[in-house]
Amino acid sequence: MSAVPLLKVNDISKFYGNRIGCRNVSFELYPGEVLAIVGESGSGKTTLLSCLSTRLMPTSGIVEYHMRDGQYRDLARMAEAERRFLMRTDWGFVHQNPAEGLRMTVSAGANVGERLMAIGDRHYGKIRVAAKDWLARVEIDDGRIDDQPRAFSGGMRQRLQIARNLVTSPRLVFMDEPTGGLDVSVQARLLDLLRGLVHDLGLSAIIVTHDLAVARLLSHRMMVMKDGAVIEQGLTDRVLDDPREPYTQLLVSSILQV
Amino acid sequence: MNDLATYNFAYLDEQTKRMIRRAILKAIAIPGYQVPFASREMPMPYGWGTGGVQVTASILGPDDVLKVIDQGADDTTNAVSIRAFFQKVANVAVTTKTKEATIIQTRHRIPEEPLRESQTLVYQVPIPEPLRFLEPRETETRKMHALEEYGLMHVKLYEDIARNGHIATTYAYPVKVEGRYVMDPSPTPKFDNPKMHRSEALQLFGAGREKRIYAVPPYTQVVSLDFEDHPFEIQKFDRPCALCCAENVYLDEVVLDDRGGRMFVCSDTDHCEDRRCAGHAGPMLAIEEAAE
Repeated sequence: MSAVPLLKVNDISKFYGNRIGCRNVSFELYPGEVLAIVGESGSGKTTLLSCLSTRLMPTSGIVEYHMRDGQYRDLARMAEAERRFLMRTDWGFVHQNPAEGLRMTVSAGANVGERLMAIGDRHYGKIRVAAKDWLARVEIDDGRIDDQPRAFSGGMRQRLQIARNLVTSPRLVFMDEPTGGLDVSVQARLLDLLRGLVHDLGLSAIIVTHDLAVARLLSHRMMVMKDGAVIEQGLTDRVLDDPREPYTQLLVSSILQV
Repeated sequence: MNDLATYNFAYLDEQTKRMIRRAILKAIAIPGYQVPFASREMPMPYGWGTGGVQVTASILGPDDVLKVIDQGADDTTNAVSIRAFFQKVANVAVTTKTKEATIIQTRHRIPEEPLRESQTLVYQVPIPEPLRFLEPRETETRKMHALEEYGLMHVKLYEDIARNGHIATTYAYPVKVEGRYVMDPSPTPKFDNPKMHRSEALQLFGAGREKRIYAVPPYTQVVSLDFEDHPFEIQKFDRPCALCCAENVYLDEVVLDDRGGRMFVCSDTDHCEDRRCAGHAGPMLAIEEAAE
């Protein structure tokens, strides 16, 4: 791991009027590192993720990103055009519901190729080769390249969404409950795939989940949130095997054992 | 006091014309940009050219000579009624000759004869937003235009090739104007797209229902979007016009009987008539004349 953090988060707070979304969150994310944010519903996980990915503006605090040119940039101060460009090239965002992250009425190939076309790729043949390659990497049969995601199962849609995000080789991927709404065997396969991709590509990722098993399998580090604040953070194995805060102990002990 | 209805010249009141002229000036200043305007109710249904009629009414002067075409023809319902409308409310001279006209209002075609500097072409536009079918949110499409994010337009062309093996969009084919805005050229066949490029005439587009006006000033670059390995191509016809023998013009298919008989004739009726007067004769001309 490189010594320079990819993302520096300094004292982020977000208020919805008088209500707290998240408060005083600080951390650093290093290249190749996977961070899980866990906590119960309403604990501010998604708000925090939205603030980090510039989908929401934080009320206070600074998020800095290490650009490819080696400079740190304050995301809130970037021009909108630049921010959107960053979002569709150097970043990825995997939604819980694939219908939000995909274009449901265009083919799988065009879904994967969209980012390439957005950055100026104008060669149909090359776009198609790249799309086929990525479909293969997320284990979608290349005979389905011209099918619309409407015709795909939930697990396939989620894998297609991941391929669509990774085609421009982003360095940072945000995931909001990537396995939510999938059945257990499909979840296991998706997690396996994600773990392989993150490892092979050296991706950094921030994963929001309420499923501790997802955090255990994918993440190096985790943060536990409650009522908008981070109450415990550390290496995933440490937090899960030796939870210090009472709430974390409760969370860990409430996993059902089959 | 006479018993005629008291219309203002060219139907619209002067304040409305002023508002529309301002929108037109802005549109000319930013080629390809869709300028919102307060579209008025016109005495015709939406979809019949209310946008084009408002633009024409705002730029029409007493000395203008008006031509109205619908799918290239001067004698279809839409063209005849709009022409009659302006004859009545503005008392302007009308013509079917492309050469003689100073303002040409059109639906779905650009005349075959190259237009000149002194002429203005007014298009009727049903859906001005080229990104609409892929991105339904107006806030988002405006942002995409503002930030020049046009990748989505190529997604549409990609889909065409993936489904049909070639770019199957044959009309309303998206163009980029002066290297900046992507624009819907209204549902003209893509055959006409090259005519827009560096055209001598001013081209104005009016969308009445969608309340947008946009423009291509004279001598402006208009480039049809494509892929490197699937370049833009216009339609080709394997035979000339059956009446006037013209080649390299846009042809309409006319069904002649219920036994599969058909002929292909110029869609631009004025161009076809001109050629016939000049002595060009296609294989079907004699039969047609015999029938009359």
